[in-house]
Amino acid sequence: MDELAIKIEGLKKQYRLGTIGGQTLSAELQSWWARVRGKEDPNLKIGEDQTRLGEKFWALKGIDLEIKKGEAVGIIGPNGAGKSTLLKILSRVTAPTEGTVKMKGRISSMLEVGTGFHPELTGRENIYMNGAILGMSKREVDEKIEEIIDFSECRQFIDTPVKRYSSGMYVKLAFAVAAHLDAEILIMDEVLAVGDLKFQKKCLGKMEDASGKQGKTILYVSHNMNTIRQLCTRCAVLRQGKIVFDGDVERAIGIYAEQEKGDLRGEYELAEAKRPSPDHGRVLRITKMEFDRDSAVYGTDERIRFRLQWKASRMFDQLSLNLSVYYEDGSIAGMTQSETFGNGKINEIICTEFSFDAGNLAEGIYYFELDVAEVNEYGAHFSYDHPRQKIYFELKKTCNFNQNVYDLTWQRRYWGNVHLNTIKVEPW
Amino acid sequence: MEEKWTTVIKPKAGWFEINWRELSQYRDLIFLFVRRDFSVQYKQTVLGPLWFILKPLMTTFMFTMVFGQIAGMETDGVPQFAFYLCSTALWQYFASCVTKTSHTFLHNAGIFGKVYFPRLIMPIAAVLYALVNFAVVFAMSIIINLYYWMRGGMIRPQMQLLWVPLLVLQTAALGLGVGIIVSSLTTKYRDLNVLVSFGVQLWMYGTPVVYASSQIPERLRVLIMLNPMAPILCNFRYALLGSGGFETFYWGISMITTIVLLGFGILLFNRVEKTFMDTV
Repeated sequence: MDELAIKIEGLKKQYRLGTIGGQTLSAELQSWWARVRGKEDPNLKIGEDQTRLGEKFWALKGIDLEIKKGEAVGIIGPNGAGKSTLLKILSRVTAPTEGTVKMKGRISSMLEVGTGFHPELTGRENIYMNGAILGMSKREVDEKIEEIIDFSECRQFIDTPVKRYSSGMYVKLAFAVAAHLDAEILIMDEVLAVGDLKFQKKCLGKMEDASGKQGKTILYVSHNMNTIRQLCTRCAVLRQGKIVFDGDVERAIGIYAEQEKGDLRGEYELAEAKRPSPDHGRVLRITKMEFDRDSAVYGTDERIRFRLQWKASRMFDQLSLNLSVYYEDGSIAGMTQSETFGNGKINEIICTEFSFDAGNLAEGIYYFELDVAEVNEYGAHFSYDHPRQKIYFELKKTCNFNQNVYDLTWQRRYWGNVHLNTIKVEPW
Repeated sequence: MEEKWTTVIKPKAGWFEINWRELSQYRDLIFLFVRRDFSVQYKQTVLGPLWFILKPLMTTFMFTMVFGQIAGMETDGVPQFAFYLCSTALWQYFASCVTKTSHTFLHNAGIFGKVYFPRLIMPIAAVLYALVNFAVVFAMSIIINLYYWMRGGMIRPQMQLLWVPLLVLQTAALGLGVGIIVSSLTTKYRDLNVLVSFGVQLWMYGTPVVYASSQIPERLRVLIMLNPMAPILCNFRYALLGSGGFETFYWGISMITTIVLLGFGILLFNRVEKTFMDTV
């Protein structure tokens, strides 16, 4: 069984930054004409950093991977590591810039379930449609249709247009088709997260069968470490377009978790960071930011302390630091402002220390961007510097938090990011 | 060890690489797409498939009213209704080939972005769908012709009737060629998308659809006949109704134009299909 099923050699994929496409022909001609005359491009968005336009971005920087027949390989990594790009290339949705991929056997990729489902068609018609899109012939679908309908648990509604389905039925049907593909290589992108718990178990079981009993080769991308553990025999960690680890599943998950922590740096160099406009950071520039510890992990009862190093070419005494704090998924958690501060001297590095209390935030990883503004006598703000650098910190629950009776795990989905103060039971 | 790979993914395709074997593997998909388009088109309508007949009939009726009755255009003695129905049949076929294929990439970006199948399937399915539509209108046109012929109208089918299949095929090839050129370019430039429906309409007036070829003034004749659709339509009408003449010379030129456009279209399509997801 040492036969190779997939062989990836020096795979690279390049994207161009900035807006390509999505432009109209006349706008493109206009930009081109402006460039020819050496004038400024009239179609650039105001404030867009011109130097980055047309810059190349390597989503994959040379991937080498060999997968043997019958292996179930998981691919994990942080967002933007190139996982999806890799899957897109493997499933031939887009072509690589360099390198080759060789595969043996029929491939079916499930980047999404229910591709090509048409709301007006009935469940049965959609099974044929979806099956054909995934590469099954009509005869194959004929053979399996009963099995598919049973698996989908939708027999009662199979001749009803899918637009009348509930979203759960819809994905169940879609997954049922995908699960009955007769391909030797399955490429999957987090498709297991469908349906209710019972159905999810059924799907996982089906997938385990596929790799274990039927000897299919599986390539699986997920953020769900549990399914990776359950399904995969080998795991590769991707980071910034490169494979940093390839081998044992548990070790891979460990390495991935370790990497995530690496984001909680203790200090940030900001002198060269991007600014939203050329005016930011001209009069006043933040050069460095450091927390009071090596890794920005704080308990919920601690004050978050950090120091800014900055320089200004004129005197300020009414500066204020504004922090909009976001949860790691980008949802806004809250905002806070500092007391006013100033610089004693011009053109010299000033160190200012700050501290704030984030005790009302629920445990988790958050980030903020620094924004230094001057407050004039009318209370209006004018932003002088705003380095575009996300600064992460993690809040860990300290045991006696608010003296809660129950030690609850924070349900962010329902409760948001802010933990309000405890309700007191007291006479008034 | 000598390995036998079934799929090899490389950065760029050759210029004229069409994987016929793969296309034929997916032939079921082509038919399903055609069938889907039909069954979806008139779902939840009262008249249902009747619309397939009603639409061209209404168009023809309007043409007869406006161009035949009000403007009083010459139709070489052929009954006006027969004349316009015959023209509409072929022109509508061409028009729907162009518009439907030109939307290939934009309308299917969702599917194309998630799963692989030969991209050429979509335009082929579009052309086949239009062909079935054409067959219905064409059959109707024949019935109308028979009706007029029995009543002694000026309907004189010619020996060139034998060329009709080739004319239809050429219309499909031309429509496909123009359509896929547009669809390949629209992945980057959306202007063409707006232009298509409008452009096809303008094109109709540059083609002898609503007027007979004998009506064309001599100084415009060469210009109009260089339009590849013009000789196809003239010959089609001559074969079926005996109106006008058979344009052998211009048809030859039209053939060359068709082949060039189709070739160029496939070339462009091949370039675009592999990476269009990055720019669309």
